[in-house]
Amino acid sequence: MAVAQQPQEQQTQSKIPTKRIILWLGVISLLVFCLAPALWQLLTSFKTNDAIATIPTIYFPNLSELTFNHYITLGWNFLRYVFNSALVSVISTVICLGVGAPAAYTLARLNIPGKQIILSCVLVVSLFPYVLLFLGLLELVKYFGLGNNYISLIIPYTAINLPLTILVLRSFFLQLPKDLEDSAKIDGYRTVPMLLQIVLPLTLPALVTTGMLAFIFAWNEFIFALTFITKDEMLTIPVKVAQIGGASVYEIPYGPIAAATVLGTIPLILLVLFFQRRIVQGITAGAVKG
Amino acid sequence: MTTLQLENLRKQFAPDVIPVKDISLSVEDGEFLTLLGPSGCGKSTLLRLIAGLEQPTAGAVKIGGNVLNDIAPGDRNMAMVFQSYALYPHMNVSENISTSLRLKNVPQEEIKRRIANVSEKLGLGHLLNRKPSALSGGQRQRVALARALVRDPEVFLLDEPLSNLDALLREQVRQELKELFKSQNKPVVYVTHDQTEAMTLSSKVAVLLDGIIQQLDPPRRIYTHPANKFVAGFVGSPQMNLLTLNCNQNKAILGDYGFPLPQKGQSAKMIDMGLRPEDIHIATPEDELTVEGHVFLEENFGREVLLSVKVKGSDQTLRALIPPDDEWDNENIKLGWSHRQMHWFDAQSGERIEAADSPVLAS
Amino acid sequence: MEDGGDGEDGGEQTTTNKQQPANKNQQPTNQQPKMQKDAIRQREQRTGWILITPALLVLALVFAYPIVRAFVLSLFTQNLGTELEPVFSGFTNYVRLFGDGRFWQTFGQTAIFTISSILLELVIGMVFALVLNETFRGRGLARTASLIPWALPTAVMGLAWAWIFNDQYGVVNDLLSRVGFIEDPITWLGDPVRAMIALIFADVWKTTPFIAILLLAGLQSIPQDLYEAHKIDGANPVQSFWSITLPLLTPQMLIALLFRFAQAFGIFDLIQVMTGGGPAGRTEMISNYIYATVRRYLDFGYGAALVVVTFLILIAAVAITAFLLSKTRINVTGER
Repeated sequence: MAVAQQPQEQQTQSKIPTKRIILWLGVISLLVFCLAPALWQLLTSFKTNDAIATIPTIYFPNLSELTFNHYITLGWNFLRYVFNSALVSVISTVICLGVGAPAAYTLARLNIPGKQIILSCVLVVSLFPYVLLFLGLLELVKYFGLGNNYISLIIPYTAINLPLTILVLRSFFLQLPKDLEDSAKIDGYRTVPMLLQIVLPLTLPALVTTGMLAFIFAWNEFIFALTFITKDEMLTIPVKVAQIGGASVYEIPYGPIAAATVLGTIPLILLVLFFQRRIVQGITAGAVKG
Repeated sequence: MTTLQLENLRKQFAPDVIPVKDISLSVEDGEFLTLLGPSGCGKSTLLRLIAGLEQPTAGAVKIGGNVLNDIAPGDRNMAMVFQSYALYPHMNVSENISTSLRLKNVPQEEIKRRIANVSEKLGLGHLLNRKPSALSGGQRQRVALARALVRDPEVFLLDEPLSNLDALLREQVRQELKELFKSQNKPVVYVTHDQTEAMTLSSKVAVLLDGIIQQLDPPRRIYTHPANKFVAGFVGSPQMNLLTLNCNQNKAILGDYGFPLPQKGQSAKMIDMGLRPEDIHIATPEDELTVEGHVFLEENFGREVLLSVKVKGSDQTLRALIPPDDEWDNENIKLGWSHRQMHWFDAQSGERIEAADSPVLAS
Repeated sequence: MEDGGDGEDGGEQTTTNKQQPANKNQQPTNQQPKMQKDAIRQREQRTGWILITPALLVLALVFAYPIVRAFVLSLFTQNLGTELEPVFSGFTNYVRLFGDGRFWQTFGQTAIFTISSILLELVIGMVFALVLNETFRGRGLARTASLIPWALPTAVMGLAWAWIFNDQYGVVNDLLSRVGFIEDPITWLGDPVRAMIALIFADVWKTTPFIAILLLAGLQSIPQDLYEAHKIDGANPVQSFWSITLPLLTPQMLIALLFRFAQAFGIFDLIQVMTGGGPAGRTEMISNYIYATVRRYLDFGYGAALVVVTFLILIAAVAITAFLLSKTRINVTGER
């Protein structure tokens, strides 16, 4: 027995560092995999044109190879597009929460016939690629003359975020202790005041979480923005950046593209940095959209 | 004078989910009714039906003769204390207490007066500005009570209000509750699965099983005259001995012994005999009924010893609660009890069979 | 009336509680049979409908209408040939679709793209989830980092990837030549196979975090004592992974796969920005084909038919996954 035990002990002793090494290898490759492309873009945005075009590639540029010029090339004008994206995203997010929260509450707590059907429809709908929708929406946009009008983005963005909002908020509502609402009913609250004064204050964190997810998805949306908005000064970030990229076939302005990429994604990076935990919570609560 | 009446109340969720089947009862001012039963017996659903949180499938809830079925919970003027207390976490104690008054547009002065009144009564004065998360379990329970009392409702409903307190505190709060509601002089409906609470607090107890009232009586009578086998087994600790015995010529046979049946001319082949462990003692010469057997398990509770005894000539067990300083012989113990302490139940229906007035004295 | 009676019997039978219930009131069947008109519940229903209607309207407008419209429009020919006026043409569009080599090519390319990227994501996502589930210093940082690809706009990062896979100055070529795999820079986005590889790589980068997060949540929901019990039974970590982790993660994996399938199958922006479908249409996906049909060739009727077919494929996939999911739920938890 004692003989048999000894090698095992040794094994476990040597195993722990092996396991740690594998773990750290995993951590490092995860970090490189996730961050390297973004960091590379960041670096490119600060390199001079000469440095960008140097072969072999420069990974650690010295001071003379760094510049702010690409950002200056983009100019203040570029902030215009950041503003457009922010405007559309914020408005659609707010509407989405305003419309989605009551619907989520109904699906969580109130008895209406066909609730299960509605719920499964919401689930299925959240799987639709937007390309299936843009043809019908394009007709509507033309019919109502909404081209180059932010309404043509705000309504679709509200809609594409609604399934997620409803599912996430519903799961939060379901977690609320039911006693609280019963108690409120006995205290004399009607459903809507109860929703506003008791339920919503308690789900504020969930609203923030869902709101951030909705904001990110709206910010990143491409196909509707590409189709419904053609006026340059009204473009949103993804379309504008893509346009800069596709503008000239031979002389692709890598520096300015990289700078545009950085500027256009800073708001999202900040959100992720500050609200990582909440975002993860939201993704898992809805088990939706990536 | 308010009377809470339930008439043929029934709640059906699905064809085979019927937590409340057919319940009628009434509670008067100053009466303290406890709904007692195991989990899933329908007691909580019944309370929620009274409160209006669930709508009955059939039957009616009435106060003072008025049907309340279509009246929203908030308009019924009933107060309810929840098992979880259900305090609004984002409001402080005084807001929690006064919510219902504010919703009813009670004048500010009056609200202040009532909060002061009730918080003094419950010793909450120094906590009024705290949020529920800053309170201890016992304090939260008091706030929940205060929230009910401040409304001065027509009926009080309490759903296991003590079950989240630790044992020591529970005993103390139980006494306070009793005094508190005595002074309110309103109908009180109290739900619990704890028979001690039911016995000590109530003026009457409704024992529920499967959505049906098994017995509705004052606590003492529930103990002394259980209406059926379920009640007999549910109320009392340790549990009553319930033995199914064969009958032979007016006698129920237990091993080598026969006990006279409760009613002469009984023709059933089998009968259920009930006997509380605390009614059994080590036999004395005066005992009318005795059995012998051997002890196979001894559980010491300190104050008493619970003996499990195999009766001679049978493999059935009697459990007896004996003072620890009594002396007995494990191999050959003799137990005794009196006729009056025996309960009889129909073996088929489980219903109580009342003993004929003059028990036949024979051994 | 009879209904009530039947229900009553069912109720009695199902209550096989410890003590046999003593049926004190044997005759509860003769109660008022009338269902009460229930004012409170009606009010609740009305409130419910009021609360949910705005959301349903928005969803109907943006999701239901376009799909229904596509079904209708697919039966019409509406293109430059008809001067953009819809002309009823029955199933012409569908017949055309069957003989449309470009459709089948894009369909095949979409399938290759979807399957390879999902499988890679699942494997890498699982590794990441396992890593993030361990405790180590800086775990919060690692989790934040893993969210970055998920949060960034695909269209924007598509440009970044095009830059990374650039023939002349791209990092990929530089790294490969430094390691010695290649002598001279190779074409990435100009070569059909390598362009597909680059696209798949970019998509895997973008969406692996989503899968990792879902799987991580699943991992965290597996009780630790299962592993401890398994360890005491003599299992090593690898065995535990195969016989505990994987089976218990099946629902999460299926959900993740379903969402990823739908998204990858409908991929649009990445292709549009990175390769534009090229070279020579060899990386064009169904979405890009639909978009081009509608926007460039202005062939609305045929575009609608393409939308309908894509929609039906998706629905079939959803149905299959939902079926599998309901099956594994039973297997895993033994409930329902």
